[in-house]
Amino acid sequence: MEDLMAARLQMAISLGWHIIFACIGMAMPFLMAFAEWKWMKTKDQVYLDLAKSWSKGVAIFFAVGAVSGTLLSFELGLLWPTFMEHAGPIFGMPFSMEGTAFFVEAIALGVFLYGWDKISPLAHWISGLIVGISGVMSGIFVVAANAWMNSPAGFDFVDGKYINIDPIAAMFNDAWFTQATHMTFAAFASTGFAVAGVHAIMLLRGKKIRFHKEALKIALIFGSIAAFAMPITGDLAAKDVAKRQPAKLAAMEAHYHTSKNAPLIIGGIPNDETQEVDYAIEIPGGLSFLAHGDFDAEVIGLDQIPEDERPPVIVVHFAFQIMVGLGTLMMLIGFIYFFMRWRKWDYINNKWWLRILALATPIGFIALEAGWTVTEVGRQPWIIYKVMRTKDALTAMPGIQYSLLTIVLVYSILTLAVIWLMHRQIKSIHEKYNT
Amino acid sequence: MYTELIMIIMGISLILYMILGGADFGAGIIELFIGDKSNSTVSRAMAPVWEANHMWLIIAVVILFNGFPKAYVILSTNLHIPVLLFLIAIIMRGTAFTFRHYDAYHDKSEKIYSTIFRYSSLLAVFFMGITISAFFSGTIPSDTSGTFTEQYIYTWFNWFAVSVGVFLVTISAYIAGIFLLGEVETEEGYNSIRKFIMWIFGLSIISGASIFISSFVSDLQFHKLFLSHPISIAAGVIASLIAPYIYKLIKAKKIWTMRIVVGAQMVLIMIGWFIIQWPNLVVFSDGTKLSMYDASGPVATMKVLFFSLAIGVVVIFPSLYYLFRLFKSEDNLS
Repeated sequence: MEDLMAARLQMAISLGWHIIFACIGMAMPFLMAFAEWKWMKTKDQVYLDLAKSWSKGVAIFFAVGAVSGTLLSFELGLLWPTFMEHAGPIFGMPFSMEGTAFFVEAIALGVFLYGWDKISPLAHWISGLIVGISGVMSGIFVVAANAWMNSPAGFDFVDGKYINIDPIAAMFNDAWFTQATHMTFAAFASTGFAVAGVHAIMLLRGKKIRFHKEALKIALIFGSIAAFAMPITGDLAAKDVAKRQPAKLAAMEAHYHTSKNAPLIIGGIPNDETQEVDYAIEIPGGLSFLAHGDFDAEVIGLDQIPEDERPPVIVVHFAFQIMVGLGTLMMLIGFIYFFMRWRKWDYINNKWWLRILALATPIGFIALEAGWTVTEVGRQPWIIYKVMRTKDALTAMPGIQYSLLTIVLVYSILTLAVIWLMHRQIKSIHEKYNT
Repeated sequence: MYTELIMIIMGISLILYMILGGADFGAGIIELFIGDKSNSTVSRAMAPVWEANHMWLIIAVVILFNGFPKAYVILSTNLHIPVLLFLIAIIMRGTAFTFRHYDAYHDKSEKIYSTIFRYSSLLAVFFMGITISAFFSGTIPSDTSGTFTEQYIYTWFNWFAVSVGVFLVTISAYIAGIFLLGEVETEEGYNSIRKFIMWIFGLSIISGASIFISSFVSDLQFHKLFLSHPISIAAGVIASLIAPYIYKLIKAKKIWTMRIVVGAQMVLIMIGWFIIQWPNLVVFSDGTKLSMYDASGPVATMKVLFFSLAIGVVVIFPSLYYLFRLFKSEDNLS
């Protein structure tokens, strides 16, 4: 395998893996704090049990997220030293802020996990909240740094030199807000659905204890509300992409030919040879409207992008379709949930409803990974959009395929270990409740 | 001015990582040598604070790539291999420790977690030492014309580097030993750690000597740098001379005095190292140097970085104080 491909794969695997743990680390503390708050209000033991079990999940996911994040902070240099040499001083500010937020998160988590009988319930609850808030802040800072790669700002690129550097302008680049809001809600949506799904599976397996029922309700409230926010934040992000990165938008929609009244393409198989999309459903004017808010607006197609600046259309298009499709599904599930709650239906004991939720366990995370694929692959061949190509950022050290192999091996083992560990956590709860 | 201030903050982060992170790594090494006897003590003492102890590394690396990108690039290219090995060890030990602590059942799996935690703790420190050594050994070529082995292997694969790696292992285990003396609950536990400390201290003297000998024999830069800095020599001498005093403190079970004195000893060693480096970040094989001024980012970056770090200091130190006070205040052997 070529070094460039190996390095890109290694980065994708490391990021894709870390993102899952990072998102759980952002969203789950709020579930845990919510359960504790309900316990403080009702003194109902089941909520305390929930808060404690979820906090163990947070501890495990946070630790794995922290070490895989440590790897990433070095990997940026191990794989892309030329990028870091130039980008480091420009987009480093959100990383240094993230360092602080992450530190606070680690401290607050220590207090939450081990401080149950050392501090007052209110102080304890606040420490849980701080875990969540600083987790979300960390996420926002890191996404702001990624947004800079899509929307470089805070410097002038003259004769191959980076001058007039302004790190604050770099941090508040055009893409940071839309990317960060979309990602933050995505963290809650995917975590909410995954947690709800796991508890639904337990209920289906005949473990009909209140513990799982209450857990499912709380997780689904978070997941559903976040799922409703996804199309709104996504629309803002897409409009921003249309303005700044027409190549990415064209690849997302497999929009080969520049046109006015451009149709929105749903599904279909892009064919790079014929420059057409086969078997797609087309909504006339849809893309023009979504990208620019006007059915007759012109949308730049791939034909206006120089050939060596086009991202791989098939990957980006499929990833985008998967993200949107699963996001819509989650919204639908959320809608049904709130409808059933409103009508006071006995949904929690309905087998079919639980089956749907069980099947939906991974969809939030699949959508999340697909969304990041759109962001990252859609930016190719650039590592800094329109400034530096990914291939020019690659390390001079040969043999990256061996480091790729090592990372794949380590992460495969860890993935299995985490699943096994979670399985045992759940088993222990059932033993406690004698089911 | 910002460049110097940021470098000092990085130095402080490294000292704190050396002491707090070192104690954490060292706890794994102690377990490796004195086994399950120390297991529960380590878990109980480390669990609330271990995550926070490792944040100093993140702070240091962020300062490096943000403020001194050229040094970060050397670290990640010429030292790619030991850095990767260090990171894998970090991942293994962190997850193994967490798994051991949070696994719902304590059965045979605990043995696997413990084994991974112990060996990867040792390997993490060892590869960290190997990596750090290259900054002052003068094994990194100043250009990129060399062969693969010159560029990516000999930079860290040498007697000197191994000596520094072993030295760091012994020092971490020593720090952890001193810390755990105040955490053990039995007389027997105290004595077994005390014996371990004597033993590991001896090993640190041998590996320390090996650092100097290998630098002489391989004609590296380290001993030349060291001998031309009287303050570093003084720091090294004082750090060695307080050893008998520490021995007395251990015998007298004066936990907090002992912790503070050993902390001061580590600060001396680190300052001794910083002084021979200052203002250089990397010493190359041909004797040329990359100073912090050559490596630093533009003024605007350094200014913003400094203020971000200042905000960090204001937020982190009080929170950290709170965390340690909450979990460490009542610990006392008596």
